[in-house]
Amino acid sequence: MTTIAQLCSLIRSKNAGPFVLTFDLMFTDQASYDRVRRTKPITKALLADLYKQQEDDITLVYHDQALAIKASFPRPVFQGEPRDSDCYGGQQYVPLMSIKVSD
Amino acid sequence: MEIRVLAPTGVIGAGFKASSLKRGIDLKPHVIACDAGSTDSGPAALGSGKAKLSRDACKRDLRLLLLARQALDVPLIIGSCGTSGSDRGVDWMVDIALEIADEESINFNLAMIYADQPADYLKEAFKKDKIKPLQPAPHFDEGVIDTSNIVGMMGTEPLSEALDAGADVILAGRASDSALYAVVPERMGADRGLIWHAAKTIECGAACCVTPAADGLMAYIRDDHFEIEPLDLEARVTPLSVAAHTLYENSNPFLLTEPSGVVDTEHAIYTATSDRSVKVSGSAFHPADIYTVKLEGSQLVGYQTVVVGGIRDPKVFMALDKILPLAKVYFHERISELFGNKLSIDEYDINYRLYGRGAVMGELEINTDTIPTEVGVLITITAPTQEFATKIAKLVSHVSAHLPIPGYDGLISTIAYPFSPPEIDRGPTYRFSVNHVMQPDTPLEMFRNKYIEV
Repeated sequence: MTTIAQLCSLIRSKNAGPFVLTFDLMFTDQASYDRVRRTKPITKALLADLYKQQEDDITLVYHDQALAIKASFPRPVFQGEPRDSDCYGGQQYVPLMSIKVSD
Repeated sequence: MEIRVLAPTGVIGAGFKASSLKRGIDLKPHVIACDAGSTDSGPAALGSGKAKLSRDACKRDLRLLLLARQALDVPLIIGSCGTSGSDRGVDWMVDIALEIADEESINFNLAMIYADQPADYLKEAFKKDKIKPLQPAPHFDEGVIDTSNIVGMMGTEPLSEALDAGADVILAGRASDSALYAVVPERMGADRGLIWHAAKTIECGAACCVTPAADGLMAYIRDDHFEIEPLDLEARVTPLSVAAHTLYENSNPFLLTEPSGVVDTEHAIYTATSDRSVKVSGSAFHPADIYTVKLEGSQLVGYQTVVVGGIRDPKVFMALDKILPLAKVYFHERISELFGNKLSIDEYDINYRLYGRGAVMGELEINTDTIPTEVGVLITITAPTQEFATKIAKLVSHVSAHLPIPGYDGLISTIAYPFSPPEIDRGPTYRFSVNHVMQPDTPLEMFRNKYIEV
């Protein structure tokens, strides 16, 4: 079974300001991007489950020219709060890497 | 029409190749602009007023830019000085600029634009319902205003006012990164969709190149498109790399909010003009009905002391889930005994991060059933004063080194500490306390322009 990570040249998470966490999935080529565009392995419901979010708070965008999917939602812990362990939000993407993609 | 905007690097102090700037000068830009700040490194810069990057690194970059400006006689615009764009950050950068002017014997008209927001002004605006929360926003009230350092993020208007006043060099407080690059093309009458999309593209310098680097770009804004070219002849942008940059640190790549409106990149078309340059057309700008200025605030949380250690024995680190809650009960009793009514339980915090056991992702960790080789321990004590944080840390580090492990008889040392003493005072710690926008009566009223002849 193919995973998202196998189809991407880069998966990253990042702050979009101190209160929003954002994820970029950059696909290796047009075919890989088209495959996820068609099969839609990443859904708001899945993101809500993985990151304990409300579906209504999630932005999910397909960027055809960048061959990329973007997802954003409120930071589970705001940046810099005493319980925040990831100031740049840069290491929060790993649960996305193993998402299965059908053919 | 062709307006050339030179973006020498992503942030002042990050560096750039002198040869790239030299090439930029040869291309005769109409303006050199660069930002000097961000919230990305956390709330400490705004809370403390201290810059993230070193004075030496900023001085190196600023010197080359001031000399480039001198050679070209075009405006040099630097925003978000001192990382946070607080008044202290602007004064810090002004001090560096004056030192360079003295050393290089150069003269210029300097504008300083201050972005700190006085508490009385914010309280009045709050009463008039002119401060609106963004999503999500922390609780906001007069108490937050009184305990926070708050800046407003300026648009192009205060910068334009400084240029009207004859400024050669602008050192601005907190500013929209894009506004720094947009102000001169706006004054020259270029298409706003193209201006703002170009500004968004170059605001991180050469970060949008195929191999991202701390270096510069030129944007050529023309009648019906803009073109992006790296200054370093070895560097390349491609339609994919430029399109992908709209994703970076934004929540939505197609709709990017600025004080005066929304940049719309959804229908932009990216075309290669060579193997290292790209042109973009079809960008739009939707003017806002209500002009808004984003507020950023940072609030002191307390003072911290940290303790760093490691645990190699799985029997010890696998027992921590059960032992640490019991240890905390003991800490609270002991702290109550030592400090009595001077420190209540809700005024301090003792936090263990177990690296190797979900410290980075917390309750979102998906891999919870593997046993690591060793576990890193970061204990963070937060208290109302540094003195209390240090005292509590001494107690916590001592006890944590001798935890009772079920199945082991007798006294063992449970944490390997690399330092003596194991406690490290971290000083003040801050939180972001504001995620709101202000609706000022005019784009200028929140910012204070001052001028000096250098």
